[in-house]
Amino acid sequence: MIKKLPFNKFYKIFNLVSFLLILLSILLLLFKGLNFGVDFKGGTLIELRTFDKNITIKNLRDSLNQINLGDVSVKKFGSDNDYLIKFEKKNFNNPNFINEIKEKIISSLGNTFEFRRVENVGPKVSSELLKSGIIAIGLSLTAMLIYIWIRFEWQFSLGAIAALFHDVIVTLGIFSLFSLEINLSIVAAVLTIVGYSMNDTVVIFDRVRENLKKYSDIKIFELTNISINETLSRTIITSLTTLLALFSIFFFGGEILKGFSFAMILGVFFGTYSSIYIANPILVFLQVSPKTILKEDKD
Amino acid sequence: MLYFSKIRIFLITSFTLLFVCIFLSNFTKSDNFIFNKKINLGLDLQGGSYLLLEINNRPVITQKLQNSIPTFKKFFKEKNINLKNFKILDDNFLLFEANEDKISIIQEILEDKEDNFINEYYPRFKSHKFDFLVEQNLFKLNFSKYGLIEIKKSSQNQALETIRRRVDEIGTNEPNILKRGNDRIVVELPGLDDPSRIKNLLGKTANLTFRFIIKGSEETFGSEILEFEDGSEEALVSKRIILSGDNLLDANPSMDTQSNETVVNFSLDRVGAKRFGKATSTGIGKRLAIVLDEKIISAPVIQDAIVTGSGQISGDFTFQSATDLALLLRSGALPAPLNIIEERTVGPDLGQDSINSGVIALAIGFFLVICFMVLKYRIFGLIANITLILNLFLLVGILTLFEATLTLPGIAGIILTVGMAVDANVLIFERIKEEIVGEKNLLVAFDSGYEKSKTAVLDANITTLLAAIILFIMGSGPIKGFSVTLGVGIFTTLFSVYFIARLLTSIYVTRNKNKEKLI
Repeated sequence: MIKKLPFNKFYKIFNLVSFLLILLSILLLLFKGLNFGVDFKGGTLIELRTFDKNITIKNLRDSLNQINLGDVSVKKFGSDNDYLIKFEKKNFNNPNFINEIKEKIISSLGNTFEFRRVENVGPKVSSELLKSGIIAIGLSLTAMLIYIWIRFEWQFSLGAIAALFHDVIVTLGIFSLFSLEINLSIVAAVLTIVGYSMNDTVVIFDRVRENLKKYSDIKIFELTNISINETLSRTIITSLTTLLALFSIFFFGGEILKGFSFAMILGVFFGTYSSIYIANPILVFLQVSPKTILKEDKD
Repeated sequence: MLYFSKIRIFLITSFTLLFVCIFLSNFTKSDNFIFNKKINLGLDLQGGSYLLLEINNRPVITQKLQNSIPTFKKFFKEKNINLKNFKILDDNFLLFEANEDKISIIQEILEDKEDNFINEYYPRFKSHKFDFLVEQNLFKLNFSKYGLIEIKKSSQNQALETIRRRVDEIGTNEPNILKRGNDRIVVELPGLDDPSRIKNLLGKTANLTFRFIIKGSEETFGSEILEFEDGSEEALVSKRIILSGDNLLDANPSMDTQSNETVVNFSLDRVGAKRFGKATSTGIGKRLAIVLDEKIISAPVIQDAIVTGSGQISGDFTFQSATDLALLLRSGALPAPLNIIEERTVGPDLGQDSINSGVIALAIGFFLVICFMVLKYRIFGLIANITLILNLFLLVGILTLFEATLTLPGIAGIILTVGMAVDANVLIFERIKEEIVGEKNLLVAFDSGYEKSKTAVLDANITTLLAAIILFIMGSGPIKGFSVTLGVGIFTTLFSVYFIARLLTSIYVTRNKNKEKLI
């Protein structure tokens, strides 16, 4: 083993940092809210490609404003020729309105467009999707809580859940801060983050438990540090390989996967951080000792 | 942990080879190859349209209540009970009154659980078809929760059949039509990049009736005012139905040679032909309205009795609209109107672009991870990499075997699996390094390295699996694809780490057990 790093010296300061991060994220979520995409807000999304380089966002917006679509947002999407148009449309039941939009754009800006993607989500479906997304995240947190409870003791379970909670809240907080879009794939990313962060925490906890049996005279404050150090190279290597994979999705996987991979990158970063600086201090705080483990063996 | 029997080695090798073959079958063109299975591409990768339709069951419920009025009347009359003042309230309640002295008998009949003809009992749900309330001599019935479910299910089944016929008529490529819940239907149309025609066709109930236009109140059946399709005029139409869409055998668009108009020709079944003949022979000079979804398409004046059982609908059609009308008539009416509540369409170009960028990202991610592992662990990195490649083959092989659907998030799941799959090997290798410190015998050190890291590896993978399972249950469409690859990836990872990598490690370590600094 190489030199031991004194992770435990910074428990207090990073506890404060984590606390502030969570507080800030909650404030952001409460007051700024999340930028929900059509999946969760309902409405229409059109991705189109133009072959005419002179067309600007303003052209498109002006053309679309001639039809009464309400608040239309037009953005560049990835390459210079791709645009993303979004609006909330109320009279959803006219099956032809996408065609009307197509005709409008073509008649005012010329036939140089290709509709690459159209998504149209009714208000009922979007609220259901939002509900099932929230349930899915809640369910996964509960499942993890129960799993750790079965495998370890409640102190560990609490530590792991606090870490997960932190990762999910802070990731969503960052999405709120930068007004990044929340869609179905972000929910998938958050669930994967939950799995990943748990994975990281469990590996350290596994070592803590083993060391509790091995060194019965060492206090938990020092013991967590030993365990973190012993698993450190694994923690770093796994985070690194996962990040390598995620960065390659982020840079080469196309626009659609950008949000997903960005959320995952944040999640891997915070997941690794929280396994060390949230999960372990909680074990210290709850004064986990060899007795905690022995009690289990007797049962 | 390092010992493998010959049978085990054989099993591991053949299992791996099998899935490598299945994996490779994705790239063979011929169907003669033993493994002719191919992975399915999701709509987001091959392009196509996804529509979620919701059945509006309100009219069906009202109709069912309406239909039950004569049944109730007749049923109780046979038992010498007179019911009166039938009424339908809020499209939801059926009201009727009875004499005070009969109330308890009616109640008994309605609550009967054995062979209840009038208020069917579902023993499975411990519920009747109708729930009811009695206020003095007034009965108030409404469909119970399960009664409603039965209605919804049956209208969903009918709608599914009609939708299937309509979609098949258009001739799209391998459509996928599925029920969801009890009032929704999913329609997936691969390769279709403009679903507007199909949306138009599915948006029509296509309830066709032939009814006389009448003057004043000459009709005992009742009448209603209906608009013409083009909005030009209104007419008073009898509620008596001469013919309905059910009587149609066939319908086709054609060109009328005399008027040079596009028309729809139809032919009737025997019952329909008889009724049509009778109505047209007694109604010469009257106007017969052809009503589709409460709008009059046309109302020709009857010139002659038509007994051939075939006829013609004219009415300002283009060839396209005549074709669509004929198609709707052939495929039959929907039991209730449908609303399109979700639509996702991906053009084929975007699909191909997504595949390309997904494959590039996979290749680059794979390359980076492989390089990293070799740099970090040398020969064991190589073992981990061979395992990783085989893991990828196994993963895609299993997806192919089950003909699973690969989506763009699914590809992301594969790339993520590549990144996380090395975790198990890293855990083991790091543990072995620790074990070597205090252990002279390399074989023992490797063995206990594998043994002691087992719980951590299992725990770590089970947690990810839990997340994948929840995603699979809760997620929809492309996200489901992600959860499938992530979940299957965990199993292939565990297999490849504990069988393939361990086998390779054991071979290498046994041969070099006297070397210093093996890992």
